[in-house]
Amino acid sequence: MTANSVRAVAMGTAMERVDGREKVTGRATYAMENDAELDRPPLHGWMVTSRTAKGRVLRVDASDALDHPGVVTVLDHTTAPRLASTEDRELAVLQDDRIGFRGQIVALVLAETPESAREGARLVRVHEQAEPFSATLEGAETYRPDSSSVGSETDTEQGEVDAALAAAPVRIDHTYTTPHEHNNPLEPHAATALWRDGTLTMWDSTQGVHRVAATLAPMLGIEPERLRVRAPYVGGGFGSKGPPHGPEVAVALAAMWAEGRPVKLAVTRQQMFPLTGYRTQTVSDLRIGAEPDGRIIALEHAVTVQTSAIKEFVEHAAVPARMMYAGEHRRTSHRVASLDVPVPSWMRAPGEMPGMHALEVAMDELAVAVGVDPVELRVRNEPEVDPGSGNPFSNRRLVDCLYRGAELFGWADRPVAPRATLDGDWWVGTGVASATYPANFFPGNAARVTALERGRYAVAIGAVDIGTGARTALLQIAADALGVGVAEVDLAIGDTDLPFATVAGGSSGTGSWGTAITQAAQQFRADHGEAPDPGVQTTSTAQSYPDTEHLAMHSYGAVFTEARVHRWTGEVRVPRMLGVYSVGRVINPTTARSQFLGGLVMGLSAALFEESVRDPRFGHFVTQDLATYHVASHADIGDLRVEWLDDVDERATPMGSRGIGEIGIVGTSAAVVNAAYHATGVRVRNLPATSDAFL
Amino acid sequence: MEHVAEHHPDHESPHTSQHVPEQRITLRIDGTDHELTVDTRTTLLDALRERAGNTSPKKGCDHGQCGSCTVLLDGRRHLTCLALAVAYDGAEIVTAAGLAGPADEGDLHPVQQAFITHDGFQCGYCTPGQVCSAVGMLEEAGRGAPSHVTADLEADVDLTDEEIRERMSGNLCRCGAYAGILGAIRESAGR
Repeated sequence: MTANSVRAVAMGTAMERVDGREKVTGRATYAMENDAELDRPPLHGWMVTSRTAKGRVLRVDASDALDHPGVVTVLDHTTAPRLASTEDRELAVLQDDRIGFRGQIVALVLAETPESAREGARLVRVHEQAEPFSATLEGAETYRPDSSSVGSETDTEQGEVDAALAAAPVRIDHTYTTPHEHNNPLEPHAATALWRDGTLTMWDSTQGVHRVAATLAPMLGIEPERLRVRAPYVGGGFGSKGPPHGPEVAVALAAMWAEGRPVKLAVTRQQMFPLTGYRTQTVSDLRIGAEPDGRIIALEHAVTVQTSAIKEFVEHAAVPARMMYAGEHRRTSHRVASLDVPVPSWMRAPGEMPGMHALEVAMDELAVAVGVDPVELRVRNEPEVDPGSGNPFSNRRLVDCLYRGAELFGWADRPVAPRATLDGDWWVGTGVASATYPANFFPGNAARVTALERGRYAVAIGAVDIGTGARTALLQIAADALGVGVAEVDLAIGDTDLPFATVAGGSSGTGSWGTAITQAAQQFRADHGEAPDPGVQTTSTAQSYPDTEHLAMHSYGAVFTEARVHRWTGEVRVPRMLGVYSVGRVINPTTARSQFLGGLVMGLSAALFEESVRDPRFGHFVTQDLATYHVASHADIGDLRVEWLDDVDERATPMGSRGIGEIGIVGTSAAVVNAAYHATGVRVRNLPATSDAFL
Repeated sequence: MEHVAEHHPDHESPHTSQHVPEQRITLRIDGTDHELTVDTRTTLLDALRERAGNTSPKKGCDHGQCGSCTVLLDGRRHLTCLALAVAYDGAEIVTAAGLAGPADEGDLHPVQQAFITHDGFQCGYCTPGQVCSAVGMLEEAGRGAPSHVTADLEADVDLTDEEIRERMSGNLCRCGAYAGILGAIRESAGR
């Protein structure tokens, strides 16, 4: 059945996080914290990783390691259990002697204690034969991929772009870059695995339990129902825990080897850099041709990224340029260099984050070039329909976000010229950028509703709360869909034994899972009425909701920042940030606000700090911990303010909501860089915007 | 490789723990004495998590860079990942679990309640460390300990936003819940 829209009672009302008590006491159990459920002491794993970027493992000499007290075994490519499929080279762990990047898993030590496992790993001698390799995007040969990693078209072209650019009265033509960035959730990737009676149970730090099971079961040669994945609590992910990575395969193989005995494997913070995904560096060649009043005539966004030679991932950074602004002539493209490097993957707002950074800095440059206020320039370039597809927008309120933000921020007081305000030793400026993110809906979700005693209900779905607040928001959705109070609903999530759920990613979770819960609740009422007998239940799989094929469905936002740049040291401070968003109905204002705030913080972090530096001589990231890969700390953050428009988008979901997890990071780094330009007159086109750029 | 084949998974390790240098220590953890036998390489964090079964302090980096493993050690906030357990024999440790009463019925510490009220966390992984750090920091400020941003080293500490942010910067939050953490600590400081 197709869900009917739901009367919002709990939805839209601020509600404290239902798992708050567990989290503030530390009693919430993450992937390595389930010893109470294990009937035997676990073995502890420690990974040994390759030191060459490309080549072969000649021999793994484990003799010293095995002599170390407590070490039980050392698995390598000759001794690890065999996988049924090795097609996915990132996941074909310990299956053959090939090395595809520096930092690849080449052995796994299992020991009685973490100390012995760690020392054992140090004692393993891996003899590797190095081959010539390439680990640098600059100057590398590129190819045209078949599609991006979200399945979007590689290239698009409308009109006569080159001719229109050549004839345009005003032209912006610059290259913008973003560096390699690492997700770095505070909980390192980790899993506990137990292989017993032909069933593998994994407590995994993942954004999608069913995704892990569906990926790993065929590789392990077992039926999906023989792989149970649980993720009651997950310490952040930001995309890196979306798909399973090599370490999850390693711990599964170790569990099969150690049949009957559980195995725990935590990826160290250092090992996360090569092994658990990252956002590739991006190079955006952006050309805009405009009328003297700023109206865009032609736009070209050509993106170059890198991927790993062992597995393709194409960051779709040119995609937002297809729908964001008006303009008759338009070309977008993606080219990829295949390098002998770790496998890039998902990171918060993949595509949109780096793509909108480039586009929104370029728009600021256009505003300066034509002498039009940056807010007004964006308003002037509002398209009437989606320029890429020609489809109507379902609910495009970018202009409302811009105007409301300008009002709240005090934008009108801003001097037009850059480098106009010096406060003591600090140059002061303000900047703006637009944000957007697609309203993703992932099909196939299912939910189960069961009547309990005394008018209570159990609702179950295999969704995962990685900190988004899903456990709370889904409870509110379930309560409204059933027409009862939130206290009358028990919600179970985070387990493949529960009905199928798609990954917590793409800002799709609450909308996609919530639709399944809503449909199941409505089907339950149709099946069992308003006073059901305890024990009756309904499980249903969500139908696509609704038919959105001919609508361009996106969320929007506007980010305003103030930057202060020290005139002598170049230090950049951001004392004020404001985001105004249009995202449909906000299910839980408390947790939603935290999602937006978190996006702003991560965007600021990307603007000023984050950069994974690869050493081209060895092919590895030399910044591989939190002392060298800087993320924003508390002292880096100023006053943050978030607001959202009063919206209900029932064309997106029966709850009237769209996703909110990623849009907060989109455009934010551009707003910071644009404010720093306004403060100093220095245009930074390469992230991060470090002090040296302003000296 | 031939060595590897000798070890069948059904056997326990042939290397018994008597070969590992070990030491007996006593830790008072959340009000209860724990007599532990630890490998001399064991960090205080692993002693808590793996030996004493208290997983309230978290391992975020194991290098003293993130603050997730912060506890109150003899009353002061302290990282446990950069501490060897054997060096802390007899120490009194309070984790975030110990700041609150028993799991189901006990009251939360006021700082913990303020974290919930202000939604000062998302995934919750850095949170026990943030909470312990906040409790320790409020005590430090209360006895007049200055920070990097304190202008007058002689005067009582005025816990401005700048002071709170500076003093809490040893605890990273990748979810970016700093605004909520600030609000929670403001409230706890009586502002």
